[in-house]
Amino acid sequence: METYLYIALFAPIVGSLITALFAQMPKKICVGIFTSTLIFISFISSMILLNYVDEDQIVHVKLMDWISAGNLSIPFGFVVDQVSVIMMVTVTLVSTVVHIYSIGYMDHDESFNRFFSWLSAFVFSMMILVMSDNFVGLFIGWEGVGLCSWGLIGFWYKKHSASWAANEAFIMNRIADLGMLMGLFLIYWNIGSLQYDIVFAQIVNLDINVVTWIGIFLFIGAMGKSAQFPLHTWLADAMEGPTPVSALIHAATMVTAGVYLIVRAGEIYTLIPDVGLFIASLGAFVAVFAASMALVNRDLKRIIAYSTLSQLGYMFVAAGLGAYWIALFHLMTHAFFKSLLFLGAGNVMHAMDDELDIKKMGGLYSAMKPTAILMSIASVALAGIYPLAGFFSKDKILEVAFNNGSYFLWFALFIGAGMTAFYSFRLVMLVFFGEKVHKKLGFNPHEAKPFVIYALTPLALLAIVAGFFEQSFHEFTTQLLVNYEFTLDHSIALILIFATSAVAISGIAFAVYKYKRGGFSEKIEEWGVYKLLINQYYIPKLYKDGIMKPFTSFSKFLWLNIDNMIVDKTVDMIAGAIYGTGEKARKMQSGNLSSMLRWMVAGIIILLALAIFYRPMV
Amino acid sequence: MIGLTHYLVLSAILFAIGLVGVMKRKNLLMLFFSTEILLNAVNIGFVAIGHYYGDLSGQMFAFFIIAVAASEIAVGLGLLVLWYKKTGSTDLDSLSMMKG
Repeated sequence: METYLYIALFAPIVGSLITALFAQMPKKICVGIFTSTLIFISFISSMILLNYVDEDQIVHVKLMDWISAGNLSIPFGFVVDQVSVIMMVTVTLVSTVVHIYSIGYMDHDESFNRFFSWLSAFVFSMMILVMSDNFVGLFIGWEGVGLCSWGLIGFWYKKHSASWAANEAFIMNRIADLGMLMGLFLIYWNIGSLQYDIVFAQIVNLDINVVTWIGIFLFIGAMGKSAQFPLHTWLADAMEGPTPVSALIHAATMVTAGVYLIVRAGEIYTLIPDVGLFIASLGAFVAVFAASMALVNRDLKRIIAYSTLSQLGYMFVAAGLGAYWIALFHLMTHAFFKSLLFLGAGNVMHAMDDELDIKKMGGLYSAMKPTAILMSIASVALAGIYPLAGFFSKDKILEVAFNNGSYFLWFALFIGAGMTAFYSFRLVMLVFFGEKVHKKLGFNPHEAKPFVIYALTPLALLAIVAGFFEQSFHEFTTQLLVNYEFTLDHSIALILIFATSAVAISGIAFAVYKYKRGGFSEKIEEWGVYKLLINQYYIPKLYKDGIMKPFTSFSKFLWLNIDNMIVDKTVDMIAGAIYGTGEKARKMQSGNLSSMLRWMVAGIIILLALAIFYRPMV
Repeated sequence: MIGLTHYLVLSAILFAIGLVGVMKRKNLLMLFFSTEILLNAVNIGFVAIGHYYGDLSGQMFAFFIIAVAASEIAVGLGLLVLWYKKTGSTDLDSLSMMKG
């Protein structure tokens, strides 16, 4: 089984490194096929491991000693247990689809080969993140996915907005990573090890204050990666990257790493329910906050990005309240339908010559039926309608909130569910149905290549059926994770299910009804609420005016006054003194032997005088 | 009575004369003379002090210096003759080929 572990882990990096050699060369189709095959092999290995892992057999290997200095010993170890194998399968499955899809999507791009190299490198980093058996390995993967995300958001680096967004994402994550590092230091300081099993075994012996701080710091790291408020702005801007990247990294896998961290560190968070409640509250807030921004946005990809944010909020609610397996379950189902939604959006973008404004589309159904059907499936799943995947996972989260007695959280999520249904179908209606606005604007849409559509079908299939695996998923993951006890009455649970479904269906119905008749009038754009939402609550503006501008002027002050006047002047003075001495002393080297002899005599006399009169203290 | 001091004073005077000669003279031949004076001033000092302490090493060293000086002059004069044949001058200031 160890062989399968190594294959699953290292197949992507082999593809990435070999492909990197061709990065500068013109497009080679075999590069795409080669990396896709390797990722697929990795997926197969993960599936074999999924079959193998059960209650009393997990795969745990130590590749080598990595860092060992003094008492610090960190082996390069990997573990495949119930949690990591679920993540591995999800990551490799979505990656395989995205790789195949990208062969079609990046067809005309001149940096075709470079794209695949980065993409495979990302998969490798993500695999390290989920498979590591210690916090340091997780951190390496964590930074690795951050790096690859930077390279892929800024893939079209000649575009200013793309490179800006890449830097924004990288810097925001770095801020959060500081929190994560502090958490790791605290763990090491107090326990003396960073191995999961040792840490979780000993964490109960620690002072509760220390555990609280560890929990807070680790969550700060998770907030950055999973784009929770107030570090959320980078995710919407990250949509500058190619669409397959948005699907793989900024929807299905990387942004869920924060949730994975909380789930993995569940043993820590069960000790500190207060921090858990905070996580859940923040998650519920983000769920509504992001969904509200998605209601009015006109950018196809940004709407889906906000929806991702909102769904991440749901996952954090579940994880914060201790229902780790439900968070993981929603993570998995979300990965399927959200990447499907994104990849469908990529098809639409291609059809519309990279136009993103959904008000300029409309009536695309006749031109691209398969994509329309796939995206509708994904939207229904996202909205949480029975029997699609989103229904099972999202509904469970609402149940958890209700069960926990946090009715306010439940209500926020309930509203969020309605909003989710509305904006998903607003998108579907505006893009695929209604008046054919694009005809007037001179667009000539066409469906994507057949193999691209075929590549998406597994995701669509899973978006439909994944929910039915709930029972086995529950049994499988709770072998490792803390189980969550439902104390709710069966009848109340049923009422909740009906209520949630009703709000989702009414959201859909409202969207369909409204946009069938041409949507809202232009007047709505005058409303204060609309302006607040379309400007993303003025938060990007606040960051720009409140943080970036003062910081820029402060840096400018330091540059002009401190650096230029003090530091540079000092350095210049030293250099000037030496240079000036040289310039003056140059005249000694006149080439005249007689004067040189005189200098020599002068030197001897000085040395003699020193020898006679200077007596160093002994 | 002539003592150690006298010899040392003589040595110092000769050394000073040699030093001035090295600094002042422009003729290469005169420079050789001056260096000879310098070396012999030192020799006088060595011999005088060696005699004063009853130690033969000073005088032995003086012989060494005489031998070295002789070989130096032999080589130096050879070079000087060549230089004279080449440039027709023994002026020190004409030796400036190495100037950067």
